[in-house]
Amino acid sequence: LTARQKAAAEGRPSRLDALITSKEIVISCGSGGVGKTSISAALGAMTALRHGGKVLVVTVDPAKRLAAALGIEGFGNQARRVPNEAFTAVGVKPRGELWAAMLDTKQSWDDLVRRHAPTPRRADEILSNRLYTNITGRFVQSHEYIAMERLYELHSSGQYDLIVVDTPPTRNAIDFLEAPSRMADFFSSRFLKILAAPSRSRVLGLATRPFTNVADRILGNQFLGDIAEFFQLFESMAPGFVARARAVEHVLHDRRTTFLVVSTLEANPVHEAEFFLQSLDQMGFHLGAVVLNKVLPTWLLADEPARLADRLREDRATIAAAVATRLGAGERLTERVLGEVADAFTNYQLVAKREAEQQAQLAATPEVLVSVPAFDSDIHDLRGLLRIGEALFS
Amino acid sequence: MATTSSTHTVPLLERRLLFVTGKGGVGKSTVAASLALLAANRGKRVLVCDVDAKGDLADFFETAPLSFHEREVLPHLFGMSMDTEESLKQYLSLQMHVPFVTRLGPIAKMFEFVAVAGPGVKEIVTIGKFCWEVKEHHYDLVVVDASPTGHIVGQLASPQAINELVQVGIVRNQTQWMLDILGDPAQTGVVVVATPEEMPVSETIDLSHRLREETNVDLAAVVVNRVLPELFGRAEEELFHQLADEPEPLAEALGGDPVPLLDAAELAIRLRRTRTEHLERLREGIDASIPLLYVPYLFVKAHGLRATHKVSEALSEELGY
Repeated sequence: LTARQKAAAEGRPSRLDALITSKEIVISCGSGGVGKTSISAALGAMTALRHGGKVLVVTVDPAKRLAAALGIEGFGNQARRVPNEAFTAVGVKPRGELWAAMLDTKQSWDDLVRRHAPTPRRADEILSNRLYTNITGRFVQSHEYIAMERLYELHSSGQYDLIVVDTPPTRNAIDFLEAPSRMADFFSSRFLKILAAPSRSRVLGLATRPFTNVADRILGNQFLGDIAEFFQLFESMAPGFVARARAVEHVLHDRRTTFLVVSTLEANPVHEAEFFLQSLDQMGFHLGAVVLNKVLPTWLLADEPARLADRLREDRATIAAAVATRLGAGERLTERVLGEVADAFTNYQLVAKREAEQQAQLAATPEVLVSVPAFDSDIHDLRGLLRIGEALFS
Repeated sequence: MATTSSTHTVPLLERRLLFVTGKGGVGKSTVAASLALLAANRGKRVLVCDVDAKGDLADFFETAPLSFHEREVLPHLFGMSMDTEESLKQYLSLQMHVPFVTRLGPIAKMFEFVAVAGPGVKEIVTIGKFCWEVKEHHYDLVVVDASPTGHIVGQLASPQAINELVQVGIVRNQTQWMLDILGDPAQTGVVVVATPEEMPVSETIDLSHRLREETNVDLAAVVVNRVLPELFGRAEEELFHQLADEPEPLAEALGGDPVPLLDAAELAIRLRRTRTEHLERLREGIDASIPLLYVPYLFVKAHGLRATHKVSEALSEELGY
């Protein structure tokens, strides 16, 4: 049985559009450059078109033209509705609404601080601390965490029927899955207390002396003081942060949440996708589908044209002579063109074969495997997104 | 297509420290490995370093995973991977003569903690190691498979940031010589890898501005990876379209259906055309004095060391060797 048949036998949806109906959150992940943003936007657009309801696409770092097409360029965290006219302009009438938002990391952190600081004054103190920007910008997986946090915020607002999130590109794909629990650990950690302590507790001060000695020599007293002050401020937000991070983690594990693993069929992205599939499984997250993007057409795999390409290359001169007379073209010119034609097929067949090999590897696990063809131009408008959407839902 | 570096002052491989960066998925590690291999083949003693401890630079040499302690992976070519904790230890004992390095263990975790919080602490331990290798003349050339475009500026600007944030202490005293090495275009340069696609090109252009505005490190070259071949000139393309519209003569001469072949050529032309637009945008978007080095898309079965050799040959040609 193929994975698809097995899925059908077990009553699991074997199509992406069927799967979407029972989900409220779709998180798409995969390595950089595979087209996650376009796939997420296409899925959102198609769902709004076919299924109705209010669909929100949250993207992290969209290409400028795509952001412009979605109408979110320069709007930060604010969600904006893609006007119906954008759909009617390409000749379709959506059943639902398509909304889009970009993730503004800095803004999201500021919001978070305002929410969890015990008093507005404390919030101001934190926001004006000179280490704050630096720290939030570089926090372990701060970007990853804030993406998940923002997702939680949007989901719990109850405004949307479906939220599709495009995850930030990470070297290590599971970083953002672990981000909420790491954030919770960080804030409940005794290190935070120790770091915040030296200036106010003699006992803890003594305990951390070896550390502060080294740190003093390396960084200078004043810098360490700054850090301590910052952590004291931050510590006051710990209870709120921990509770929140646990809640975010809970939503990610909820069965209304599903993950899409997006990959092209090149070796490295496939390698990462495999690793990602493994991690999702181990960590108990729900895998919705594997989306293969920019896939070359299967007709490139046929044997007969390959044989003809070889013949064309070998007998180029003879064939060119015959064709040139019929077409009224120069023989040398024809020969060059035919040579290139033969090479083009051979070259792209090699790539297509490599892709097929990679696909066979990936096909072993997932319930739903969707292929999106390589389009000959960049996708940067709703028309293009809906073309991808058609492929996703077919 | 070759662009020589005649307008750019220092030849790429004559520098001492190269940071190779690029958007995820463009072949950053391939190019870092290939530049290192090329320099080693030209008789230089080279250190290539994976800045990501979990990175896969070793695969490009088909060698066992790299560690913080460098080892010779090919003649004259040494490989290592960054480990900030190890680097801090080395940094403390070599640079600052901190005597109780052995007692660092229990507080290493604590260091991680501060490194997370302290702006530039982790970065400077990383950058510091490379600068130190250059300063001590252990190698003719250090090639760093660096952080992706999104993080490289923060890393390269860290000595400056530390210099501004930390008013006293040993770290501050240590930043000046690093700044001297990093800011000297005769010694240090950034190589950005891009593919002729929308996002990689946009990120490369942005990065070229940010490098100039936020760091004192010189952009040495842009490597354009996976460039598709141009199939036809104008007359050839006209004839090709004639063939595609009227495939019967070819079908008869060939003794089979030529349509899949013609379709494949059509596909190749269209894929190439989109990429050409991005190439033009790249050329217009970065300073004209920055050399662009083109590496063709590899249509051969090549991965691991074989691919590294191929890319290194292409770079060698582009650099005029």
